[in-house]
Amino acid sequence: MNQANMEEEIMLMKGNEAVAHAAIRCGCDGFFGYPITPQSEILETLSIEKPWETTGMVVLQAESELASINMVYGGGASGKRVMTSSSSPGVALMQEGITYMAGAEIPGLIVNVQRGGPGLGTIQPSQSDYNQATRGGGNGDYNTIVLAPATVQEMADFVDLAFTLAFQYRTPVMMLSDGAIGQMMEKVKLPAPKPRLTREQIEERYPWAASGRRGGQNPRVLTSLDLDPAVMEQHNLHLQRKYAEIEAKEVRFEELMCEDADIVIVAFGSAARICRKAMEDARQRGIRVGMLRPITLWPFPTQEIQRLSETCQRFLCVEINAGQMLYDIRQAVNGKRPVDFYGRCGGMMPTPEEVLTCLTNIKD
Amino acid sequence: MTKEELIQPENIVSRKPRLLNDETMHYCPGCSHGMVHKLVAEVIEEMGIEGDTIGICPVGCAVFAYRYIDIDWIEAAHGRAPAIASALNRMWPQHLVFTYQGDGDLACIGTAETIHALNRGENFTVIFINNAIYGMTGGQMAPTTLLGMKTSTCPYGRQPDLHGYPLQITQIAASLQGTCYVTRQAVHNVAAIHRAKKALRKAFENSLKRRGTSFVEIVSTCNAGWKMSPEKANEWMEENLFKTYPLGDLKDIEE
Ligand SMILES: Cc1ncc(C[n+]2csc(CCOP(=O)(O)OP(=O)(O)O)c2C)c(N)n1
Repeated sequence: MNQANMEEEIMLMKGNEAVAHAAIRCGCDGFFGYPITPQSEILETLSIEKPWETTGMVVLQAESELASINMVYGGGASGKRVMTSSSSPGVALMQEGITYMAGAEIPGLIVNVQRGGPGLGTIQPSQSDYNQATRGGGNGDYNTIVLAPATVQEMADFVDLAFTLAFQYRTPVMMLSDGAIGQMMEKVKLPAPKPRLTREQIEERYPWAASGRRGGQNPRVLTSLDLDPAVMEQHNLHLQRKYAEIEAKEVRFEELMCEDADIVIVAFGSAARICRKAMEDARQRGIRVGMLRPITLWPFPTQEIQRLSETCQRFLCVEINAGQMLYDIRQAVNGKRPVDFYGRCGGMMPTPEEVLTCLTNIKD
Repeated sequence: MTKEELIQPENIVSRKPRLLNDETMHYCPGCSHGMVHKLVAEVIEEMGIEGDTIGICPVGCAVFAYRYIDIDWIEAAHGRAPAIASALNRMWPQHLVFTYQGDGDLACIGTAETIHALNRGENFTVIFINNAIYGMTGGQMAPTTLLGMKTSTCPYGRQPDLHGYPLQITQIAASLQGTCYVTRQAVHNVAAIHRAKKALRKAFENSLKRRGTSFVEIVSTCNAGWKMSPEKANEWMEENLFKTYPLGDLKDIEE
């Protein structure tokens, strides 16, 4: 693929492949990853595409997820757009690097194509890393921005969005996908390519980045350490202010037929696709159902749920886990309305019929 | 002669490199880290590459190396410096990238990152401070602790049946195809300091010429951890550490 004559293109591909192509096209400088099902196509596609010969993007198979995330830490610390991808057990291993990135304020993208757990679990889709992703996941008080794609198109689009947010706020961003979206093929529109930044552009835009102090700048130090607790508290408060700003400005969600809804389903990612079908079937049977699909899982659309609790009768949370986002919804609703839950776990997916049965039962 | 009269340019026999700033070092008197810092600063300055150099600090006593040498630094998680350096070397292929790591960092918690970076022949330099003990956490056993040597977690001496053997990580480094230069040095006397400085220069030049990974071990003292005076620590190092870790080049692909 020659960068010069790449344009916007419409193709049929898997979510994992879309991530790889989107990375090459959005000026990504490097990908570091370790194979694990169901996301290995990301590294494989990049290896087939050989972007190092076109855009100059580095692609490296690391020795472990610990190494991959620390490579992302290093690349991000020097102002480069770098990323990794893995699936649940691998992302568990990455938590060390993610908390160091949060502490040292290093941007970067982590894609988690989730599979069922705990432990080695299964290779089938799951959303059971919700808590880990939205609570930080590693040690310390921090959050990462979490984007939840529901389509192959969103898996592609969120790569560039994630980098934009990561650099805007100097924070790691996670794309929390799952094995279903990673593996399914859909039509996807890939953007026209953007060039990678030059050293001069990086130094101008990101004066904090360790790129070598050629211009005689003060030495730059990227670290999460300070032994003085008073200084460390100030740093923590600075991070908290940043997180508050993200919570105020970056909440994203999609809403379907909520205006007249008695029941509002809250579901993200693959679960939202399943629920959409259930919602349409329920509407045909005269049950007034709407859906809120959080796109950012952190920051969470708390206010929107509060607003909806003024108009709807109850909520149904559907997840592909044992009930994790459920607690964020209950906290937002604050006892005002009942919040029911339906989920499957361990790699099993809920069916639209199951969700419809749930809706019918709630209604009765 | 007064101090003021003495401090004249013509009387200077040794000067602090410009890149080594005036921050008070936290290292214990007698520790090798201070001397190695000075050599690193001197070599970077003499090569004129401070504008294109990025160092990676370890977790260990040298965690604050970034306070003392005025270049860009990235602070690593414990043992992960070689992974960070691998990415940096690929992101900035024209830069000098080096890691500065202790034995616990490099040869214990970070062994996988070390071996794989070296095996890929990443074009950076590893500076490996082997003091046979965990200095920062207060003197626990390290992978390189000698048999019979006492530390706070092997208070009766390191025993092979309980603790295994001193890890010869530098020999492993030399055996990997990705390394171009593997050497073991020390900084306990003037002659050794000169040799160590030459080794660092050679390593940095190799990295800039993208010849593969250069690995410079400095067999070092930790007089606080060893509970010895600085002088005694130097003697003990020569008598004991140099037997298990003999000085000299283990590999030099130029030769
Ligand atoms: C993940 C993790 N485990 C343990 C520690 C605690 N720790 C800090 S320094 C250190 C050992 C350092 O020893 P070494 O690498 O030999 O360097 P030295 O202090 O002797 O220079 C340990 C275990 C840590 N910071 N992080």
